[in-house]
Formats: sequence, structure tokens, C-alpha cells
Amino acid sequence: MTFPRPLRTLLGASAAVVLGGVLWAAFTPVVFDSHEELFEIPKGTWARRRAGAKIEILPQEIRLVVDMRNILVLRNLDDVPQIFGPTLIMPGQSFRLPFEKAAEYQFECSAHLSGQMTVVVDEPLTSPWARLRWRARRAAKKVLHA
Amino acid sequence: MSRLSTRALVAVLLLVAGVSHGSRAASGAPPKFKSGVFDPPRAAPAFELAGSNGSPLKLTQFLGKVVILQFGFTYCPKICPVTLTNVTQAFELLGKESADVQLIFVTVDPARDTPERLREYLSFFNPNFLGATGPEEKLQAVNDEYGVVATKASSPDKQLRYEVHHTSSIYLIDRAGMLRVMVPFGKEPKAIVHDLKLLLEK
Repeated sequence: MTFPRPLRTLLGASAAVVLGGVLWAAFTPVVFDSHEELFEIPKGTWARRRAGAKIEILPQEIRLVVDMRNILVLRNLDDVPQIFGPTLIMPGQSFRLPFEKAAEYQFECSAHLSGQMTVVVDEPLTSPWARLRWRARRAAKKVLHA
Repeated sequence: MSRLSTRALVAVLLLVAGVSHGSRAASGAPPKFKSGVFDPPRAAPAFELAGSNGSPLKLTQFLGKVVILQFGFTYCPKICPVTLTNVTQAFELLGKESADVQLIFVTVDPARDTPERLREYLSFFNPNFLGATGPEEKLQAVNDEYGVVATKASSPDKQLRYEVHHTSSIYLIDRAGMLRVMVPFGKEPKAIVHDLKLLLEK
């Protein structure tokens, strides 16, 4: 089966773009602006929850990367103490938890229905496959939350 | 492949090469403590309970020392023995400096953890470890102040009747009585020593 020339050109160009995207995702180092993954409880959260609003701030699973994005920072900007992730955080206080080893960490977390929060810490993104997987996961997460 | 698509492929590859070349490493200073740090720290909530040494135990009496605060129970099958073993090893690694560190084990199971039972249990790890117990309401107030969760659950071991699911982290309080660090469960002794040494610095 032969395609008309304009279609062949279009298919070829599309394949080149896809291939380029995959190569870019695999070979371009992942750059983080800081080591910290920050989650904040906004001011007024307690009042909104009290009024019946369902507010989820922490995802069920948080992904970090050894040596690159390895510090979980939880900050309470509300006016009352909050159980946030694995600990009680006072108004205006932050909790900064570093991770040094790649592993899956389970924390008690009363903010989640399951009572558990998972932090998955990945190995440093040094291989093309690790970078590709990381970017694909990030993209999927963005699409799902869009 | 047509000339146009070949050019597109070349352009994309050049772009990839250019971005790769221009990339940089992540910035930011490495963390000082190996466990979780509160910023700013707050004064550790005070309490007065019955000590396993037969005397009243006030948190404030340990000002000047670094306090390791653990919440647990002596019949705990999995969490408490591991944490106490790690802390015991941390004390051994600290050597003489451990004289300036006090472990206080606050029970989440006052019905079974009498002062005598706490003393017997803790002395298995280190005779200087202190247990604390008291009326349930008083212990609940302490739990609330620290954000500790403790709930009774049925035990697969019929002899034990029940167990208590509880917060597995331990807290480090500095010499000035400020709640500084929360150590997650399973942190290895060397990492605990690292953080204790930072708090022991005068």
C-alpha cells in the first residue's frame, strides 16, 4: 500500500517529532529548582473544612528523588495546629524531612482516609530509562489532575 | 523518508543535544539534620506523669539534657522493640556523650504499663531509660499536644487481648526544652547519633 506524498511527509514528520520527544525525555537531565517538594496548608483551611468542604492537600503518594528532590517540606499557613502528613505542625511552622535512601516509606497520616501516606523515593535520575519514566509519570499526573 | 521529515528529525536531534549540553545540576544546600526538623521549633509541651523509677516525672526536670521522647507500649510486638534497639545502639555509639541524653518512654497503654512493668521492660534495653505513665485522660492530653495517635485494636495474639496502633516516630527535644526533630520509624542508629550530636552541641 502506498500513501500519497503529502501524507507520507506528515507521517514522517510526526514520527520524527515523537522520536525527538522520547529522546529529549530520555537524554535531557532532569533539573529541579531546589531539593524541596513543598506542600502548604493555606490559611482558612480549618474553617473551610469545618464548613463542610472536602480539602485534600497531600496526595496519597509523594514521589521524591535521592540527591535531587529529596526533602519533603510541609508548611502550615493556617491559624490552627494541623496534623499534616506524619506530624502535628503549629501555625506558621514548617516541617522539613530529608530522605537519603531510595525506598518506599509509609507514614501514619490522619489527614488521609486510609490513615497512611506513602513517600516513594527513587534512585537518582541518571539513566535515560529512569528520566523517561520520571517524565512520563509526571506528565500522566498532570493530565489526570487537569 | 521525505526531505522535509529528515530535516525535522535532524532539527529535533539538534535541539535535544543543545538542551542536554545546557542543562545543570540541581541546586540547594544539603539538609543538616538527617531526620525531620520543625522550623521554627516550639517549646516541647510540658507534662508530669508517674515515672518508672517510682518518682514523679516532669519533662522540665531534664532541661540541660537532650530528651528522646518515645510513645509506645511494652506489649508492642513490632514497632517499639525496633525503635528501642536502635536508640540503645545510638547510646552505645555516643559513648560518654550519652550521659547528656535521656530517653523517656510514654506509654499509650496505661492499663497494662505500670511503672514497675515499664522499669522491667526498659531496663532490658538500657537501665537509664525512663518510662512514664498516668491516668488515661492525662496521657491523652500529652498525645494531643504532640500530635500522637494511639488507637486500640484487636490483637491476633489472644493472650495479649489487644494492641495499640500508635505513632511510630520519636521526638528529639534540645537542651533548652525545644521540640526540634521528629525521627521517623526505622531510622538507623548512626543517623540518630548524627542528629543527637547536633543537638548536644552547646
